[in-house]
Amino acid sequence: METKPDTLPDAHGHFGTYGGMFVPETLMAALTELADEYGRAKKDDRFQSELEGLLREYCGRPTPLYFAERWTEKLAGPKIYLKREDLLHTGAHKINNALGQILLAKRLGKSRIIAETGAGQHGVATATVAARFGMECVIYMGAVDMERQHLNVVRMQLLGADVRAVTAGQATLKEAVNEAMRDWVTNVRNTHYILGSALGSHPYPMMVRDFHRVIGREARAQILEREERLPDALVACVGGGSNAIGLFHPFLGDEGVRMIGVEAGGHGIKEGEHAARFQGGKLGVLQGTKTYLLADEDGQIQLTHSVSAGLDYAAVGPEHAWLRDQGRVEYTYATDDEALAAFKELCEVEGIIPALETAHGLAHMRKLAPEMGADQIVIVNLSGRGDKDVEQAAKYLLGEEEA
Amino acid sequence: MAGRIDTTFAKLKEQNKSCFIAYVCAGDPDITTCGSIVEALIEAGADIVELGIPFSDPLADGVVNQMAAQRALEAGTHTTDVLELIRTIRKRSEIPIVLFTYLNPVYTYGFKEFHADAARAGADGVLLLDLPPDEALQNQELLDTTGLESIHLIAPTTPPGRVREIASEGEGFIYYVSREGVTGAREDLPAGIREHVEAIQAVSQVPVAVGFGITTPEQAATVAGIADGVVVGSAIVKMVEQNAGASDLPQKIRDFVKPLVDAVKSV
Repeated sequence: METKPDTLPDAHGHFGTYGGMFVPETLMAALTELADEYGRAKKDDRFQSELEGLLREYCGRPTPLYFAERWTEKLAGPKIYLKREDLLHTGAHKINNALGQILLAKRLGKSRIIAETGAGQHGVATATVAARFGMECVIYMGAVDMERQHLNVVRMQLLGADVRAVTAGQATLKEAVNEAMRDWVTNVRNTHYILGSALGSHPYPMMVRDFHRVIGREARAQILEREERLPDALVACVGGGSNAIGLFHPFLGDEGVRMIGVEAGGHGIKEGEHAARFQGGKLGVLQGTKTYLLADEDGQIQLTHSVSAGLDYAAVGPEHAWLRDQGRVEYTYATDDEALAAFKELCEVEGIIPALETAHGLAHMRKLAPEMGADQIVIVNLSGRGDKDVEQAAKYLLGEEEA
Repeated sequence: MAGRIDTTFAKLKEQNKSCFIAYVCAGDPDITTCGSIVEALIEAGADIVELGIPFSDPLADGVVNQMAAQRALEAGTHTTDVLELIRTIRKRSEIPIVLFTYLNPVYTYGFKEFHADAARAGADGVLLLDLPPDEALQNQELLDTTGLESIHLIAPTTPPGRVREIASEGEGFIYYVSREGVTGAREDLPAGIREHVEAIQAVSQVPVAVGFGITTPEQAATVAGIADGVVVGSAIVKMVEQNAGASDLPQKIRDFVKPLVDAVKSV
């Protein structure tokens, strides 16, 4: 038994009041086609077995559930397990979804792939599967993000992708999504848009969630085998929220399992200084979906800030908004400084360099530990590795020590 | 009671003429100058004015309209300023005014309240680029559109069954997006416009206007021979961009739009 049957979203992509299909008319036919084809693929054993085979042999699934012994000792709280999505091919959970979607694109007869990327992990995952399947690939990336995630830009280029800099507005993830949508509106007949988070119009939030549920399914089986019981809590960072929903979803029916999503608190919860939508946000519609977002009194989308490019986004995935309303998942935030401190600690104590996005979840683990007992268990999603972040981290951490 | 949009199309139909619809972004380059620009559009002979309410993330717009929205927002344009602009226009003109924007500014204002307040200010219709009619029906808070006619889009990718659904619920006019892509000038008109427009007209209760990419008087005349209305947007916005700050900006806009209007009326 896994969870109570998941009935959401409804046929039009609604999670309660959230979600939906708020897109220009030009895209409606393509999204409907995508939703229909995904519905068929989901029930198609051949599709599923091809996906499973590639996840196993190309990507390295299942990923380990690792008992972080020294970190557990250091924090002197519950037993901490890390779900090692960082060990997956390309270094983050993102490839679970990119692979699923490119198989769908193939079924739909599309020859060209586009994607947006913030931290570059989704861009790298998309460029990787596009290379693997011999498809043309264009990645839109904010110019600011290209600078702070330079290593990933080079990786995408090596993989044959055309990385296009987006300079509009804040030149980060949100603008990259706008530009990808514009490309898609223009080239919709031969192009599939591999959206990288549990965001945007239906069917993306559902589809991206489903492709990442493998994280939670594995973690649930692994902890039951190892500890012969379910964990007391799950912790994951939330940008759009794909790694979090992937981990949480298979546990939703397990009432005793507490779930905590951690948003980016940036410099603190002040206007324009963070990306914690559940702290300073309100209900609105952005880039295809109705959800919590950071906007001013006229509905103009506000500037966001986070040290991690992957969390630096003004809207949260609609299913997270619904789960928050249900009281099923708690949402909190970690600041840049807290994330950087956790980043450093995991490097030193466990010999694992986490992604800065992931470090927000780790930062909350440090706050949670004193409240919990040694007989309790927490699983933190180690959603990505931090090789891409070493320059950024050096600037903050080493720079600080020298100063 | 027939509204200004219906009356305008009915009158043009009697004259066997196509409708010229001019788009500008409200608040570009600033709200006062924009008022003079709208006046110039009316003087040039526009039949309907489409006013964009600037939005920070205009994902269906090409770079020209994106920059216009950015200029308007940087000039400090608020939704309430756009309503005030409409009140100002209404003091002098009965030209139909259609608002053109994205859902979030309207949603944040309050969907129902926005419709009521914009109608009170003198607006006639609203086109929300990211609100397909079927999505609107599924959200309780998006049902009450009292005061404004909801203008719907149809695209070349819209399947025939859906064309029928959208066209049958159409208010004011149907806006046919002439091509797959964002707003903005193009050198050529796409093939198959006539067939698409005729197919929509066959099932629509309301007139069909064509937009997205119409730039030259020649293109405008061609489309006027096919459709009930011709929308020119980015080409005018580009003139605003190139002449922002010029003291004779309204005059320049009038001189640019007049030949487009004449071309539409020549058919």
